[in-house]
Amino acid sequence: MGDYFIQQVVNAVSAGSLYALMAVGLALIFSILRLINFAHGDIMMVAAYLVTFALFAGMPLPAALVFMVVGAVVIGLLMERIAYRPIRGAAEVAMLLTSFAVGQILQNGTLLVSRLAGEPVQIAFPAPDIVNGVVAFGAITVPKVNIVSLVTGAVLLTLLTVFVTRTRLGLSMHAAAEDLPAARLMGIRVNRVVATAFAISSGLAAVAGFLYASQAGQINPYLGFTPVLKAFIAAVIGGFGSLSGAVVGAYALGILEVIPTALSGIADILPPGAVPPGVHDLLTQVFPSSLGSYRDAFVFVFLILMLLFRPNGIVGGGGREEVP
Amino acid sequence: MSPRVAGPLLSILGLSVGLALLDASGLAFWQGLMINLAIFTILVVSLNLASGFTGVFSLGNIGFMALGAYISAILTLPLAVKSEYLPDLPSWLAGVHLDQVVGPLPVGWLAATLIAGLLVAFVALLVGAVLMRLSGHFVAVATLGFLVIVRVILFNADGFTRGSRTFSNVTPYTNLWWAWACAVLVIYAVWRLKRSQYGRAMFAQRRDRWAAQSVGISILRPRLLAFVIGAFFTAIAGSLYAHFITSFSPTVFYFDLTFRVITMLVVGGMGSVSGSVIGSVVVLALAEGLRRVEDVTLLYGLSGALLAAFFIAVIVFRPEGIMGQREISFDRLSTRLRSLRGGGGPEGPETEAP
Repeated sequence: MGDYFIQQVVNAVSAGSLYALMAVGLALIFSILRLINFAHGDIMMVAAYLVTFALFAGMPLPAALVFMVVGAVVIGLLMERIAYRPIRGAAEVAMLLTSFAVGQILQNGTLLVSRLAGEPVQIAFPAPDIVNGVVAFGAITVPKVNIVSLVTGAVLLTLLTVFVTRTRLGLSMHAAAEDLPAARLMGIRVNRVVATAFAISSGLAAVAGFLYASQAGQINPYLGFTPVLKAFIAAVIGGFGSLSGAVVGAYALGILEVIPTALSGIADILPPGAVPPGVHDLLTQVFPSSLGSYRDAFVFVFLILMLLFRPNGIVGGGGREEVP
Repeated sequence: MSPRVAGPLLSILGLSVGLALLDASGLAFWQGLMINLAIFTILVVSLNLASGFTGVFSLGNIGFMALGAYISAILTLPLAVKSEYLPDLPSWLAGVHLDQVVGPLPVGWLAATLIAGLLVAFVALLVGAVLMRLSGHFVAVATLGFLVIVRVILFNADGFTRGSRTFSNVTPYTNLWWAWACAVLVIYAVWRLKRSQYGRAMFAQRRDRWAAQSVGISILRPRLLAFVIGAFFTAIAGSLYAHFITSFSPTVFYFDLTFRVITMLVVGGMGSVSGSVIGSVVVLALAEGLRRVEDVTLLYGLSGALLAAFFIAVIVFRPEGIMGQREISFDRLSTRLRSLRGGGGPEGPETEAP
C-alpha cells in the first residue's frame, strides 16, 4: 500500500518535470509575444529524431545530445525568423494558426526525411543505458528515466531562473515580457530578446524530447501533439506567461494525471480484509479499472474549468473575461 | 428576372447539369472527389458560421462531425449486422434500425441524419453555453480540448463505437446528389443567415463588442446560435461522410482534418460564404494534385508540408484570404458581363459585408 503510494508520487513528479521543461518554454514565448507556440511539441519531436539519427550514426552519447540541442535551437530560430517575425503583433488567432502550420511542416518534413533515410514511420528509440532500466530502492523500483527527468528538470529550471534574474539579457527578456513597446523605447533590442527566448525554449524542448522518447520507447512524427497540449494546460493552471507559474502548474498537472490511474486500481491494491466487502465493492464501482483510460478527458475538462473560472491560474488573481 | 435571383438559380442549374454528366460518365474517381468536395464545403461553411462570422475560433468542430458520423452509422445499421457487430448496445438502441428505403428515398438514413444533427446540436448547446464565454486563443484551445475529449470517449465507448477498431458495414447511402443537395442547402441557409438580423449581430459583436452591446446586441446569444447551427450542419457532414466512406475509426476525426478545414476557411476568407466554397475547391484541388506528386515521387510528407507553407504564406501576405468578408455579387457579375458586351450598364457598388 505504502509502496503503491510512493510509486504514484514518483510517477507524478517525474511527469511533472517533463511538463515543466515544456511549459516553461511555452510560457517564455507567450509572455513576450502573446503567441501560443503549438509547434513547440514538434521541436521536441524533431529533437528526438535528431538524437536517434545521431546515435544510429554511431555518435557517442554526449556528442549526440549536443547535436540534438544545437539542431533544435537552430530550427527554433529559423521558425521564428521565417514564420513568426512577419506576423508579430497580428491577431492572436492568426499567430496560433501559424504555429499549427509550422508544426505541420515540421511533422511532414520529419516524415519525409525519415522515409528518405529508409526508416519506418515508427522507430524504436535507442535509449542509452543512463535512461534505460530501473533502480531499486528497497521494495520499490523506479525507472531510471524518471530519476533523470527529475534531476535534469531541477538543474535546468534553476539555471533558467539564474539567467532570467541575474543576467542582462535575462532582465531585458523580463522587461520585454512586461511591456514590449516600452522595452524597445528603453533601447532593448527586441529581435535579439525574442530570438533568445526561442533558442532557450527550443533547447528545453529538445531535452524534454529526449526524456519523453526514452519513456515512450519509440518515436514517430506525431508524438509532439499530446505533450504540447499538456504543457499548455500546465501553463494555464499556473497562470499563463509566468515562468514560476508554469513550473507549479506542471507539477500540479503531473499529480492531477496520476489521480484517475491511481484511483482506478485502488480497490485491488487494498490488502484483503482492510476494508469491509461493501466498501470494497463500492470502490470498484466508483473507480472502475477503465477510469485510467479516460485520463486525458479528465485533464481537458479541468483545463476548460480553469479557463472559465481562473484564467489567471492558481497563483494569479480571479477576474475572468466576462461575457455579459 | 433580376440577377440576384437568376444568378443562384443558374448556378444550381449548372451544378445539376454538371453532376448529371458526372453521374452518367462512370468516372468513379471524380465522383468520389466531388462527394468529398461537397462534404468539405459543408464543413468549411459551418466553421465559417461558427468562427468566421463571430470571431470565436473553434478548433473542436471535427468533434461534432465525429459524433454525427457515429450516431448516424449506429442508427442505420441493419438489425442482422447490428446484433453481431455491436453486441453490447443497450437494448433500447439495439432494436433501432433506420435502414428503410421508400422508392428512391432512403428515408431511414435521412431520419438518422436529422436525429444525429439534432443530438449534436444539443451537445453543442451545452458545450457552447460554457465555452462561448471565452475569447481569443483561449476559446481555440478550450475547443481543442473538446476535440480531445470526444476522441477519448469514442476510443473508450467500445459498446457503441467498437473503440479503436474500424467501424465498417455502414450502408453507402451517400451519392453525388445527396451530398450536393445537402451542400447547397447549407450554403443557402448560411448565406441567408449572414444577411439576417442574427447574422448581423454575429458580425457586430465580432467587430466591436462594446459598440454592439451599447445598441442592445448580446455577445453570448449570437455566438451560441452560430456555434449550435454550425454543429448541426457539421454533424450532417459527418453522416454524409460515414455513409460515403462506409468504414472509419476515431483517428480520422482529429487534428489533420481540423487543420485541413481551417486551411480552406482561411484561404477562402473568414466571413465569406462564397469564399468558403472557393477555399474548399482551391485547397482540395491543391491537396489532390500534391498527393498525386507524392504518389509518383514517393516523397510522403511533401504535400502536407507544402500545404502548410501555403497556409503560412496566405496568413502573411493575404491575411483576409481570397474573398475577405465579401461575397460574389451576381448584380455586379451581370453588370460586368453587360459592359463586356458593350451594353455599358451602371457600375454597381461592391457588396460589402454588413
